Amino acid sequence: MSAPQWNNKVVKWVDDRLPVISMLHHSAYEYPTPKNLSYMWNFGSLAGFVLVTMILSGIFLVMNYTPHTSMAFESVERIMRDVNYGWLIRYIHMNGASMFFIVVFLHMFRGLYYGSYKAPREMLWWIGILILLAMMATAFMGYVLPWGQMSFWGATVITNLFSAFPIIGDPLVTWLWGGFSVDNPTLNRFFSLHYLMPFIILGLVVLHVWALHSVRSNNPTGVEIKTPQDSIPFHPYYTIKDLFGMGVFLIFFCGFVFFAPDYLGHPDNYIPANPLVTPPHIVPEWYFLPFYAILRSIDFTIFGIPAKLLGVLAMFASIVILFVIPWLDTSKVRSSKFRPVYKWFFWLFVVDTFILGYCGAKAPDDYFMGVPGLKVIVMGQLSTLYYFAHFLVVMPLVGKMERPKPLPASISESVLKEGANA
Amino acid sequence: MSQSVHSSGEHQPDENRRDFLTLATTAVGVVGAGCALLPFVDSMNPSKDVLALASVEVNLSNIPVGQAVKVMWRGKPVFIRHRTEREINEANEVALNELVDPQSDDARVEKKEWLIVVGVCTHLGCIPMGTATGEARGDYDGWYCPCHGSHYDTSGRIRRGPAPKNLEVPTYTFLTDTSVRIG
Ligand code: HEM
Ligand code: FES
Repeated sequence: MSAPQWNNKVVKWVDDRLPVISMLHHSAYEYPTPKNLSYMWNFGSLAGFVLVTMILSGIFLVMNYTPHTSMAFESVERIMRDVNYGWLIRYIHMNGASMFFIVVFLHMFRGLYYGSYKAPREMLWWIGILILLAMMATAFMGYVLPWGQMSFWGATVITNLFSAFPIIGDPLVTWLWGGFSVDNPTLNRFFSLHYLMPFIILGLVVLHVWALHSVRSNNPTGVEIKTPQDSIPFHPYYTIKDLFGMGVFLIFFCGFVFFAPDYLGHPDNYIPANPLVTPPHIVPEWYFLPFYAILRSIDFTIFGIPAKLLGVLAMFASIVILFVIPWLDTSKVRSSKFRPVYKWFFWLFVVDTFILGYCGAKAPDDYFMGVPGLKVIVMGQLSTLYYFAHFLVVMPLVGKMERPKPLPASISESVLKEGANA
Repeated sequence: MSQSVHSSGEHQPDENRRDFLTLATTAVGVVGAGCALLPFVDSMNPSKDVLALASVEVNLSNIPVGQAVKVMWRGKPVFIRHRTEREINEANEVALNELVDPQSDDARVEKKEWLIVVGVCTHLGCIPMGTATGEARGDYDGWYCPCHGSHYDTSGRIRRGPAPKNLEVPTYTFLTDTSVRIG
């Protein structure tokens, strides 16, 4: 691509010395985008928007937050009651975390459905997984900051997971805590890291977009851009579409912030942390529930590996396995639109993650949806089994055995055909 | 090395020397960076003031037989139970091979009537119930952890549930008959 000619003298002067304007022009203006992207392609820019929202609201929270066990809870209450618009800033930050995960999960399911992880987009997919991991660490540490009961006990249970590792386990946990239990040193370092991580995420996002722009966007057909007819410039076509999506999303986001700000949270976190009393039912935030269910569903020993360690390994594996799906999926076709068999398994997988989420929220000995005889723990075990089988068995086998539908010759052809049928 | 423009053998030693220098410099750099990292990693370990708070003295004279108390030690609770005759017997009667983490009661107490254990579930760190009078004490009369359902016996040993180990016994010394120092 040739550098655009700038008419404005100042712009030209700057761009000749640091071609940042050309770079932005390439990536947000003329970036050739498949002309058939659906609304499922809105979630990337939405995630970026939420990241900026989190950083901004976080910076303003820090102006009034005190990272000390004796004052953290009260400083958050002061933000809620006394600081001008403190309630708004905190509710934006609190619900923003949930919005972030909603958007990113949808973004990932989109990638799974349309095979966006396949060559040549493996690096793009990997960086995405790294972003997810960094978000999880950030959200976990952020949730500790208000120093309520769930903050404290969530931190205790999750940091204790590391004690499952043989030999290094206990010293590792002491090191994470900076003491012999979750306490002030823990709160301080979580605060420090909670401030740092979002900027690491920002860096990863830059790499993510860089990778995207070098391999180009996938699209609902999964067929690559072949001729200029297949693409349109990003601006104004997709800037306007993203903006429209952002408007719809903001209605949803603000709905929570203004009308149900505590709906996604747990009431116990409005009780100050008490190291001597464990709440009867500890649950993580909703976005961790499926992973928590996988952790808990391992209550047995295999090859002498204790259940606790196995559970931890399974939970980490549930994300790490995403790194290798570009090779586990043996199908030559990207988009599930043309994969009559795999399509059904995809939806089964989506349902499976919801079942896992439900199981993570309930006590292991409850009955699943009140079905007599069906314990939550058993259902959790079955869905954990499917979670892994989906990647390890379904993906390789269905890819080999299924007969895909004929692919359109090009994006353009598929668009014209759909237009003719409409 | 092989793509060297000088094909005559006399430059060989020079290039080996250069490779060696590059390798050695890299090695020193890596080791140096590792050493520079250590203080930062270690700064996250418990500091001196945290370690200094590592012991606590408890007066036992006001804990009647059959009752238990929670005291704070290193930011976590320690259970001190003044055991009844029956509880002591129960702890001694089980066969060791029935235990998940086999340990005799003798090995876990200094004085039979006083059981002193860290009140942190060895599963994922919740605080088991059963210290305050009237709380559920689980199926083995000791403690019950509500988080994921671990049952501990009258010696603080794990009997059922996901916890892998017995409640930890802290180091402690009896200063007198009615006072003990934990840590
Ligand atoms: C990736 C972006 C981020 C995520 C996912 C995130 C997540 C969270 C979560 C879940 C909480 C707990 C909210 C609550 O229950 O009250 C929280 C609290 C907090 N966060 Fe963040 N955060 C992000 C970025 C930031 C940034 C960049 C800063 C600082 C510049 C920050 C500062 C704070 C502070 C001071 C609190 C404690 C106040 C409170 O609890 O409302 N956050 N964060
Ligand atoms: S923490 Fe006690 S059973 Fe899990």
